[in-house]
Amino acid sequence: MGVPVGVVTFPGSLDDRDAARAIRRAGADPVPLWHGDADLRGVAAVVLPGGFSYGDHLRAGAIARFSPVVGAIVEAAQDGLPVLGICNGFQVLCEAQLLPGALTRNVGLHFVCRDQRLRVESVATSWTGDYREGQEIIIPVKHGEGRYVIDPDQLEQLEDEGEIVLRYVGNPNGSVGDVAGICNPRRNVVGLMPHPEHAVDALTGAGTDGLAMFTSVLDTLVHRGSLDPGLPRLLLDDPAPTGGTL
Amino acid sequence: MPGTSDAIGVVAPYRELGLTDDEYFRITETLGRAPSVSELAMYSIMWSEHCSYKSSKVHLRQFRDTPSTRLLVGRGENAGVVDVGEGLAVTFKIESHNHPSFVEPYQGAATGVGGIVRDILTMGARPIAVLDPLRFGDADHPDTARVLPGIVAGVGGYGNCLGLPTIGGEVVFDPTYAGNPLVNALCIGVMPTSRIQRSAAVGVGNAVVLLGAKTGRDGIGGVSVLASATFAAGGGPANRPAVQVGDPFTEKILIESCLELFDAELVVGIQDLGGAGLTCALTETTAAGLATGAVGGMAVDLDLVPLREASMDPHEVLASESQERMLAIVTPGNLEAVLAIAARWGVLATQIGTVTDSGRLIICWHGSVVVDVPPASLADEGPVYERPLSRPVDLDALQLDVPTALARPATGAELRATLLAMIASPNLCSRAWVTDQYDRYVQSATVLAAPEDAGVLLLSEATGLGVALATDGNGRYARLDPYAGAQLALAEAARNVAASGAVPIAVTNCLNFGSPEDPEVMWQFAEATRGLADGCRRLGLPVTGGNVSFYNQTGSVAINPTPVIGVLGLFDDVARRTPIGFVDEGDALILLGDTADEFGGSEWAWATHRHLGGQPPAVDLEREKLLAEILIAGSRDGMLTAAHDLSDGGLAQVLVESCLRGGRGARIVLPAGADPFVELFSESAGRAVVAVPRSEELRFSDMCAARGLPARRIGVVDGDALDIQDAFTVGLADLRRAHEGTLPALFG
Repeated sequence: MGVPVGVVTFPGSLDDRDAARAIRRAGADPVPLWHGDADLRGVAAVVLPGGFSYGDHLRAGAIARFSPVVGAIVEAAQDGLPVLGICNGFQVLCEAQLLPGALTRNVGLHFVCRDQRLRVESVATSWTGDYREGQEIIIPVKHGEGRYVIDPDQLEQLEDEGEIVLRYVGNPNGSVGDVAGICNPRRNVVGLMPHPEHAVDALTGAGTDGLAMFTSVLDTLVHRGSLDPGLPRLLLDDPAPTGGTL
Repeated sequence: MPGTSDAIGVVAPYRELGLTDDEYFRITETLGRAPSVSELAMYSIMWSEHCSYKSSKVHLRQFRDTPSTRLLVGRGENAGVVDVGEGLAVTFKIESHNHPSFVEPYQGAATGVGGIVRDILTMGARPIAVLDPLRFGDADHPDTARVLPGIVAGVGGYGNCLGLPTIGGEVVFDPTYAGNPLVNALCIGVMPTSRIQRSAAVGVGNAVVLLGAKTGRDGIGGVSVLASATFAAGGGPANRPAVQVGDPFTEKILIESCLELFDAELVVGIQDLGGAGLTCALTETTAAGLATGAVGGMAVDLDLVPLREASMDPHEVLASESQERMLAIVTPGNLEAVLAIAARWGVLATQIGTVTDSGRLIICWHGSVVVDVPPASLADEGPVYERPLSRPVDLDALQLDVPTALARPATGAELRATLLAMIASPNLCSRAWVTDQYDRYVQSATVLAAPEDAGVLLLSEATGLGVALATDGNGRYARLDPYAGAQLALAEAARNVAASGAVPIAVTNCLNFGSPEDPEVMWQFAEATRGLADGCRRLGLPVTGGNVSFYNQTGSVAINPTPVIGVLGLFDDVARRTPIGFVDEGDALILLGDTADEFGGSEWAWATHRHLGGQPPAVDLEREKLLAEILIAGSRDGMLTAAHDLSDGGLAQVLVESCLRGGRGARIVLPAGADPFVELFSESAGRAVVAVPRSEELRFSDMCAARGLPARRIGVVDGDALDIQDAFTVGLADLRRAHEGTLPALFG
């Protein structure tokens, strides 16, 4: 048994199976969590995957924040549960006010899918410890509403507190300060627009630079003592076959 | 008998519904009385060109001729199903949504994607990718600026929200499509062979359940009003109420809930609602049930259909093309479980009828019978026409107008300028502005996507089993010679699949033509289908399904005949796929095939002289087969680092694309005495360029020689420029600037 990491499925989630696969590649065990169920099933960390939860009705992430599962996640995050919000998951975390700011329509108004260069600004989070500070990595972006906005004072605060986790090198969407990902003051909650789950193997993704995000959280959990360090992990040479419905 | 609410005994205005006097008479004969309004609406829809294939049927029969042991479900079902081994089956099909996309570009294109996705779902498959061949008027035509951004956003908006990667397609500009853009969409799905679904309504007493969106007034008469009629000049937007409105979120939860129903083996039959809505789904499932030889029939309470607007009349409910709906046949014992799964996903599910033993489709509206028909008369026994054919009177003059007299570049500087102009021209420039608006990563199975020759998908992580898909078409070639044009499209799609390393195994087709009532158009159609059927037979590829789109014309001017062909290829292991980019310095570049002075219908003649005339490139399907075998063998034996098929724009285009894709230059030596213009820009078919590591060069050349495929070393991967020896040099940065700037400058 590996570390149980939850993946939430909302109606309209799209990258939930992809996130589960990335978690498996990192050596952990993905645990499906259902939007209508507040039971977190004993997971040690949670990923809110990309997609269009509830069809982005009203506003991206606006309805998901009221779902039973997000209520439970907000509570657990305040107690230190590592939470990663990817793309729509980032939008949900902002709507749920676990992270500051908001995501708006891209500059140019087009959906953008491309292999994106990023700079790791902070490795002092639950999800980025396996990177080097200043490291440049390539992870795909694919979104229509990824332009991060926040008022100047709060942006300055994010900068001062080191809560900007990732920046775009070549801004694809007009985000303020080239912000691609941020964390909360406690550093256990990270939200980002790029998709690390689409950069965990060279055959079907944009390289493997995203994998460290999923291995990082396992190190964090071991360090924190919430897990037995003897647990197996990082089975890179022997990836388990993915299951699930075709 | 049909009730008075539906005005029995009154002769309805059948001509306005597109029915001829003969067709109306045939309906009255079938029923033994005048039809009710609802019945008339149903006949007019099901006997429309779009649903009945009444003009094309006699020609499409030729596609039956290529047998295949891989075909689990053939033409005639919603989509053909192909056995790919390891207990898996693949289903794929291409369809058009041309007319709605002209009227309302975003919704027309979006619902085009949604419709073909449901066709794939209906077979029991999880949809896993789409490809979108798109054709527009001239790039700088004002109406192209109106329709293109909306169509691209609609394709992306729907596919992206569904979680379907878009892995290929085409973007073509030609004035022939100015009032009639072509929006074709191909979807592919995969399933365990044990999960294949059928559409037959069988089992007396079984429930008929409508799943998905509520039914509204959108898209009423879409197939008969839009897809089977010709646009008057400038008459587009007034038809807007006939265009459907899409909601990809509803489709997404519909997909997930249906797959759960299939896995739990809870449905007896399933049918998507697309063009012709409930009319088509009810008649086809009932007719398919009777066709099994079992006792069948159906009784439907139409007032149980959940409506968006309570004031709808029964014929509107029957004709509505509201999107995101499926019809399931369920045993009474499983009904509760089906409704529970639908509820879990938030999908509306309502029993609207029952399978009966009446042999007829009987539909009630608030207690009165409004429809009582033999279902096969609508579904299978519609009119079939052998339309008159006539070779276009202008074709001889067109074919005699050969491009040999056009001014050709001769000096190095002229060739360089021609190359830079060509790679920046709308038809040859980078498509990134379009393809970057499509998610190509979702589902984590995309191995190759545009601008690669073929989209490649991983089906099994355990073994590497996968598939490749490419679509191609060339309306100019088909205009000059529809028989050859269809074969050239087939050959190019198969070549693209083989260049990626996959073995071509099956074909789907979308035949876009003008009005079948025009004998010259009908001749083009007959020639193209004959060419395609002959070509498929020669290549040993079965046609698994497809779509005919007629009436693509504005006023009396038809589009260039445009058969778009999709070819499916199979990989035993996608890890050996061959990409197009030159990546390794020092690799030898080898040109496979023969180059002749062939510029009829070429991109060069069009882009530089606006000339269309002469004969398209010669077709040699035996050569195509041999080339494909070499490309596949080269991939299988690890002899190739890159391969790129030659087509529009010729060798020059391929060299530029492969250099830019891999970020490496190339030094090219053209044969002494050859005309460098012909070498660089000819569009001779049956050719490809491959990059071969030095260590494999001898082995590869020997293989080509032994098999009798002409192979000529033309250069080497090297440096950061494209250098054509004794002619010209262009740096990669200049190539990139020319190639990538065009579409962003045109469309923002």
